[in-house]
Amino acid sequence: MSTNLANLLYLITIVTFILALRFLSNPAHARRGNQIGAVGMLVAVVVTWIKTGGTSWWAIAIGMLFGGGFGAFAARRVKMTAMPQMVALFNGVGGGAAALIALAELHKILPDPGRPKIDIGLAIVLSGLIGAISFSGSMVAFAKLQELIQGRPITYPGQKFANLALLAACVGLGITLVAGVQDEWLLWVVIAGATLFGVLFVLPIGGADMPVVISLLNAFTGIAVAVGGFELENNVLIVSGMLVGASGTLLTMMMGRAMNRSIANVLFGAFGQVSPQAAAATTDGGTVRSASAEDVAVMLAYAHKVIFVPGYGLAVAQAQHDVRQLADLLEAKGVEVSYAIHPVAGRMPGHMNVLLAEANVPYPQLKEMDEANPEFSRTDVAVIVGANDVVNPDARNNQGSPIYGMPILNVDNANAVVVLKRSMNPGFAGIENPLFYDPKTVMLFGDAKDSITKLIADVKAL
Amino acid sequence: MSHNTLLVFEVTILVLAIFLGFEVISKVPTLLHTPLMSGTNAIHGIVVVGAMLILGSPHKGAFGWVVGFLAVVLGSANVVGGFVVTDRMLEMFKTREPPKEAEPPSDGASGP
Repeated sequence: MSTNLANLLYLITIVTFILALRFLSNPAHARRGNQIGAVGMLVAVVVTWIKTGGTSWWAIAIGMLFGGGFGAFAARRVKMTAMPQMVALFNGVGGGAAALIALAELHKILPDPGRPKIDIGLAIVLSGLIGAISFSGSMVAFAKLQELIQGRPITYPGQKFANLALLAACVGLGITLVAGVQDEWLLWVVIAGATLFGVLFVLPIGGADMPVVISLLNAFTGIAVAVGGFELENNVLIVSGMLVGASGTLLTMMMGRAMNRSIANVLFGAFGQVSPQAAAATTDGGTVRSASAEDVAVMLAYAHKVIFVPGYGLAVAQAQHDVRQLADLLEAKGVEVSYAIHPVAGRMPGHMNVLLAEANVPYPQLKEMDEANPEFSRTDVAVIVGANDVVNPDARNNQGSPIYGMPILNVDNANAVVVLKRSMNPGFAGIENPLFYDPKTVMLFGDAKDSITKLIADVKAL
Repeated sequence: MSHNTLLVFEVTILVLAIFLGFEVISKVPTLLHTPLMSGTNAIHGIVVVGAMLILGSPHKGAFGWVVGFLAVVLGSANVVGGFVVTDRMLEMFKTREPPKEAEPPSDGASGP
């Protein structure tokens, strides 16, 4: 197959990918878009297979069977609550593949007479570096989300300095390689250093900041793949990789905005290390009112409008189906039910939407923050299920709070607030929440799933 | 086409892809941010094409074999996993639940 024909066919792939993203603008046809993208991918694979002229086709087939089989198996088995780590894993393997391609390309071109072209050298170093960071960073994110290692920030003195020094060393070695030092080992060292940097750079980032990190790593892999396209002089890699790079970058910025924190602060701030003295200021003197499930059931059943506010605790307790069941019961009693979803609730962008969609909640009931906030003032009961920082009024009122300025769901505008919570332990970031001491708030202590199950029984009994 | 002409051309489409990406992605509602992320994940699985070109190149040593094979494995895990997981997620987003046997009574009670 001629290069021109192959490139034309690759253009089909590019168009299908753009359509796949375009179709995501509406949940009604988003699935069709994804299928179109999958067909485009198949086209690219077939074209590439023909391009290689069947060289080592059996090795390619075996590799695809292994990789594809693992991918399909993992993707089918994963629970919706575990989606963030699955996305991290697939993101990591993509980055790893890009780094490997860089190694193989350099190995291939080094024996050629003359110095490698500067742009090819640069592309090899960059895709090796970024791909390796993305690979190991994603693996650490995976391990954290899967709770193989602790989710809390892991820090030690001089950490930022050590990380920066490591990255600078990798970049420096990369530059010498591009500048013409023709030694394959240099790239090995760059990739090894970048892998270590990826680990060290995600370790200090706390679980609640994962939406930012996962988006950023997503962008990294995309960029690594796009740069890989320069090594291989392959348009489809350049365009597809860069689409992902742009998407990941945009998501990272959105997540940062939703936390009112700069990306640098998220990446190097090791949140959760915040000293709580400033935050405690507004809570003194208040008392916490705890309620029984029966009381809450009465509040809910006789309300006109109830808004559920889910957070990561909902995912941990796997309570999405129970929440849906409770909502159904309330709707049967004529209560208007909706869900208010903060952009950074959960461990990845949009995590809560997926969980509730899994529980068959119709998506028009899922309200994003700007849509939900005006609704709270005419809401009888706001039910907080496993969310904390995203409903903390200190973000609006207390300049001393570490989360001051973060846009929140204004649940304190509702007539009454019910907080489902395990205990009075402050949340992940260790920040006190004055919402819990608000006179119109009642706490329903216990595991979210158990509490909701009790509420269901009590609402039924009314 | 000379190498430099090709390079300029490649940089051009790279930059256009950045703008196109921002344009298209900014229209995706927050509702679908998780599927967006896993969908773009699947798209960067296109790296498998690069892996195939390495493993399928005619004169490769043991190194090319091993690295190419690993890259194909990782790349295809990325592609298949990404698309399957996205499909599973998008399938769940519905306006109304499909009619089930248990539903009619509760629907009746909430009627106007």
